[in-house]
Amino acid sequence: MTPVAPVQLLPESKRGLLLGARGWSVVVGALLVVAVLVPLLNLVVPAGNPLHVGDYGVALVAKIMCYAMCALAMDLIWGYTGILSLGHGLYFALGGYAMGMYLMRQIGHDGNYRSDLPDFMVFLDWKTMPWTWAGSASFVFQMLLVVAAPAVLSGVFGWFAFRSRIKGVYFSIITQALTFAGMLLFFRNETGFGGNNGFTDFKRILGVSIALPSTRMLLFVLTGFTLVAFYLLARAIVNSKYGRVLQAIRDAESRVMFTGYDPLKYKLSIWVLSAVMCGIAGALYVPQVGIINPSEMSPAASIEMAIWAAVGGRGTLVGPIIGAFFVNGAKSWFTQAFPEFWLYFLGALFIAVTLFLPRGIMGIRERLKRTDVEKTGVEGKA
Amino acid sequence: MTPDLQEAGTALLERHHQSDRTPAGGASFGRLMHAGTPDFAHGVALYLDEISVSFDGFKALNNLSLAIDVGELRCIIGPNGAGKTTMMDVITGKTRPDAGHAHFGSNIDLLRLREPQIVRAGICRKFQKPTVYEELSVFENLELALVNDRGVRAALFARLSGAQRERIAEILQLVHLLPESHRIAGLLSHGQKQWLEIGMLLAQEPTLLLLDEPVAGMTDEETERTAELFLTLVGKHSLVVVEHDMKFVDMLTQGHRKVTVLHEGSVLAEGTLAEVQSNTQVIDVYLGR
Repeated sequence: MTPVAPVQLLPESKRGLLLGARGWSVVVGALLVVAVLVPLLNLVVPAGNPLHVGDYGVALVAKIMCYAMCALAMDLIWGYTGILSLGHGLYFALGGYAMGMYLMRQIGHDGNYRSDLPDFMVFLDWKTMPWTWAGSASFVFQMLLVVAAPAVLSGVFGWFAFRSRIKGVYFSIITQALTFAGMLLFFRNETGFGGNNGFTDFKRILGVSIALPSTRMLLFVLTGFTLVAFYLLARAIVNSKYGRVLQAIRDAESRVMFTGYDPLKYKLSIWVLSAVMCGIAGALYVPQVGIINPSEMSPAASIEMAIWAAVGGRGTLVGPIIGAFFVNGAKSWFTQAFPEFWLYFLGALFIAVTLFLPRGIMGIRERLKRTDVEKTGVEGKA
Repeated sequence: MTPDLQEAGTALLERHHQSDRTPAGGASFGRLMHAGTPDFAHGVALYLDEISVSFDGFKALNNLSLAIDVGELRCIIGPNGAGKTTMMDVITGKTRPDAGHAHFGSNIDLLRLREPQIVRAGICRKFQKPTVYEELSVFENLELALVNDRGVRAALFARLSGAQRERIAEILQLVHLLPESHRIAGLLSHGQKQWLEIGMLLAQEPTLLLLDEPVAGMTDEETERTAELFLTLVGKHSLVVVEHDMKFVDMLTQGHRKVTVLHEGSVLAEGTLAEVQSNTQVIDVYLGR
């Protein structure tokens, strides 16, 4: 065997830096827009000015950024690992409920019934708080719950499902059933989470009024930063060897197994991470949207998450974020302009993407690039 | 297969992996054996004893007994449905037999281990249909196959060393894929995918290689080069090749190596290719229906 020079096949240095120069400038740009530009245009520029960004716009973008986190989480498990979840709304809602419980306690005596207990408990004629609410007055405890509740549920569910080697459509259906079961459970008043009305009428967060423009802006900035942080985290994961094992599981799980990896550990870890990402997204969503109820656990809500990822482009990370903005932007415009036709539009969009853009919006860019590669014969990984 | 037996096996192997992190890790000459390290002192790499498997009443394997020596290249032939692939499934832990024993070396009970553990003990398998990671590059395919820690945490922070890159380049050259290293594996030809998969097996430095129809879909030239490649591996690895292509079997056995004929789940004949080809029973099975 003649000695061969080590091949410099992959730009390892670039992998170390996570993104190229252009990628980083986009990230910094996004952070500046979120942390400087939007607050300026919303708070400083007067309302009459054409450059003014209204409260409605800020709230809408904040909401979509939360959705984008879910789309990103979907991409990690579906786009990269090949596991389609149709039940991630459950984890989103759990994070939301954990935050909502804290916000309910922050209302204090200012509820309609001037009671220590949240209004819905007074309405149900409960005298004491159920045990599930024991730590709800503590912000720290509830924030831990935002992470722990989705992590534990997804961990237990994932462990059993992956260990039994449930795959494909069967797995997707079970995730769907799980979120549906969650919805039914939370619909019940006895469960102790406000029944079908859920939580609303929030007044304060950490003692500060939640309606204050500065509070809203702070939450907006926090959401934007979290989204960027999630993106960078996902990027680091996907670019690591761990990420390549995930993709290998997607492409040929049996080969991964017969190469000595235990797919269970890999699938379970990314599954739990994606659930936690959704939980955190839900926790950021609730104070800004002002309500959480069991409809977030409806099967349709979870399916929409899959649509955001598919429309943007699975397996690209940027794609799902774009997809979440595109679909939800279109949704908010459509539901105002043609309220009856939104669902038709959503269906048509999904069919069109499946038929013509199997790799989503990002696929268009990739296709242009590939012709470039064929011309020059040089391939570079974005 | 009882779960507690399986767990006992797991514990053994885990202990082995904790204790056996020395860089050498080669053959064992008169040293103390670690539990979980295959013991080849008797010269036998793989030993199957009266294995039976049935699917819904159909006996895929019927009291199959087979021994493969260390460093041996054994070709296994047989008509469709003879049980060749099922035999590989049993060895690699994909199928649990209804009866019988399967040992790797003289000490590792394969029936107690799960697939990834069997691989880590040193048995690698090539599937009938080439199975590579279609959307990763050829290089990345091999990177994942290299011998290293298979854990999640190790994979998160893994970086390739210079020596590992060299090893990958070496394997790429061995399987004639060096010029293709950048390409996405899904874009390779069928024959190239077969080679890539063989390369991935070699990267794992296995003791025993199970190759299920490795030259299916290859051109004559590719087949010849594959035979050459396998012959260079003899002695360093034990190889079990399941194949239909008699020309390829002839190239591999070179007139003196043993061929095993399977029929209806058990061994029908064993000997050189010429011997089994003149065996009347074998002729009946292949031609007499």
